[in-house]
Amino acid sequence: METKKKKVFPVRKLDAEEYFAPGHRACEGCGEVLALRLIHKALGPNVIVASATGCMEIISSPFPYTSWEVPWIHVAFENTAAVAGGIEAGLKVLQRKAKREKKKIVVVAMAGDGGTADIGLQALSGAMERGHDFIFICYDNEAYMNTGVQRSSLTPLGASTTTSPAGACQHGQTVWKKNMMAIAAAHYIPYIATVSPSYPMDLVEKVTKAANIKGPAYIHALSVCPPGWGISSSETVKLGRLAVETGVFPLYEIEKGKYRVTVNVEKLKPVEAYLQPQARFRHIQSDLDLIARISYRVQTYWERLKAKAARA
Amino acid sequence: MRNHQGMEVSFAAAEAVRLCNVDVVAAYPITPQTHIVERLSKYVADGKMDAEFVPVESEHSALSLCIGSSAVGARSFTCTSSQGLALMNEIVYLVPALRLPIVMILANRSLSGPLSIWNDHSDVMSVRDTGWIQLFAENGQEVFDHVMIAYKIAENENVLLPVIINMDGFILSHMFEPIELTGQEAVNTYLPSYRPRFILHPDRPVTMGAYTMPTLFTEAKKAQEEALLASYPYILQAWKDWGTLCGRVYHPVETYYTEGAETLFVTMGSIGETAGEAVRLLREQGQKAGLVKLRLWRPFPLEDFLREIGSAQRLIVIDRALSPGGPGGGPVAGEIRAALYNRENRPQVFNFIAGLGGREVTVGSFQEMFVSSVSGKASGYQIFGVRG
Repeated sequence: METKKKKVFPVRKLDAEEYFAPGHRACEGCGEVLALRLIHKALGPNVIVASATGCMEIISSPFPYTSWEVPWIHVAFENTAAVAGGIEAGLKVLQRKAKREKKKIVVVAMAGDGGTADIGLQALSGAMERGHDFIFICYDNEAYMNTGVQRSSLTPLGASTTTSPAGACQHGQTVWKKNMMAIAAAHYIPYIATVSPSYPMDLVEKVTKAANIKGPAYIHALSVCPPGWGISSSETVKLGRLAVETGVFPLYEIEKGKYRVTVNVEKLKPVEAYLQPQARFRHIQSDLDLIARISYRVQTYWERLKAKAARA
Repeated sequence: MRNHQGMEVSFAAAEAVRLCNVDVVAAYPITPQTHIVERLSKYVADGKMDAEFVPVESEHSALSLCIGSSAVGARSFTCTSSQGLALMNEIVYLVPALRLPIVMILANRSLSGPLSIWNDHSDVMSVRDTGWIQLFAENGQEVFDHVMIAYKIAENENVLLPVIINMDGFILSHMFEPIELTGQEAVNTYLPSYRPRFILHPDRPVTMGAYTMPTLFTEAKKAQEEALLASYPYILQAWKDWGTLCGRVYHPVETYYTEGAETLFVTMGSIGETAGEAVRLLREQGQKAGLVKLRLWRPFPLEDFLREIGSAQRLIVIDRALSPGGPGGGPVAGEIRAALYNRENRPQVFNFIAGLGGREVTVGSFQEMFVSSVSGKASGYQIFGVRG
């Protein structure tokens, strides 16, 4: 699947079918459902999806309704990687024993940032380590949005949430965001990538690649959340672009250990351009020291990433 | 002479799982369940069993993984004990709700704390209200037989519920017993391939595990209970068919010397054999003792139980778990008292908590319980043989 010459995925090739039906209950301007819809366009009909509890589960499956046009199962919050592992193991043995027809089916696990990096991390680590042939997609909106914006380990430093509130003594989230990409990379799985629905063709290319690679793949989708981040619902795509343009959320992939920055940014915009429009960072606008720390961290990570990609 | 082979009961259980042509085994090691999964893992490694053996990172993931595999149509198996069951508790509730016919062997062990690896029934009592069909085996042969029987029940299209087979940790799991193994052809006849109607399949997409609002949740739970209650005749049928095949006949409530008995022991699991020996000796002494053994715990076989206790004057109910601070004694006695409350001429119920955390319960123990109950010295509820 590696391509020497850089090709851009043509828009006309995007699947016209919808696998996630309209009429779901997502908030206006939800970046997560935008990513979800595109990801499933890239994956097509031959998938089985295991979903964690969370925003995407709640908006899509109020019995007796469903938004899913593909087979989908929800069991609990922290176990989606294990359920997906079971689907994969089941399909493998049943096809081997000729109890199900031989057919390529992509097994997909989906969870939010909490279901991935907090409560779901053990099951995810186990499934990656065992080498199940599946894609795990983390829809990262950087807090427990479904339950009312509580902080997770993927909430960025400084962000105000209902359990990391901005107050007189504490400026929102006090710790750095956990690096899930590095955690996935530490499992030596064949494919790892960040995606953003603000860069739809980059997203489709990577998801297609993940679907065609044998073994575990990890996709980390930044999912802009207007109510949780405190932006207007019309700003979702723009903010997703700013996350990339400022270097806060670089778009890259790690394919069999090789790093590649897929959306290059010639000169990073200052992080303030990303922080300033969001109400969750309003209280740190005047904290120049904190902003300088964030800026330094973003810059350093970006430089390191480019260096790794250059070595590949 | 029938073909009996001496073997550890855990290995007999694994052999039964192999004979059932199980597709997916997912388990995490915990004493005293380990020998079952070790043997299954070896079968797969040696090519003696065509299955995916998935050595998961926790019991929570073991049952979650079985849900995934069962939902695509694979016959799935797990087994655990004690803390493992406690860790997977959240997922235990979800399997009956998803109507997936997973079979789990529970090598019964006490729940910490303090930590104890030894046998009692505190683990299984913690999942009483999860909606699984729950059976108790008294010896190794029953463990072996009930693996086939459990799949037969679970996969029946009119049932589609998961089954827990309880086997006492160490007392059964690590015991060597003569086991009559059933041949592969006979098992194939008894247990055809699992062909579920609803599976996760791209050609026929379904949504599993949708959530409900308050307007439908009660109906969903009622449907679950009705499904569990409706499984009863199919459980009987599975036993009957097994009896026809192998000559070993099982019932929801097993009895021993109940005819004319004034005092009946009520037991579950392996202590039934010890209680039986005590009853035999008491009968030799001219005492009107008898024994009623609950094989089927869920759905509770109330009609069978009431019929079998007949007009006995007193019941000595043995609980292998505490219900601290409860009003009715141990969990089993509490249920039996509740079931008898509205009946005329109900027997007196004496409740002994016995055999906690591997404490021995001997023939002599039952004789003591009998004497103290019949003489009126026993209170309604006591922890047998406890010091201090």
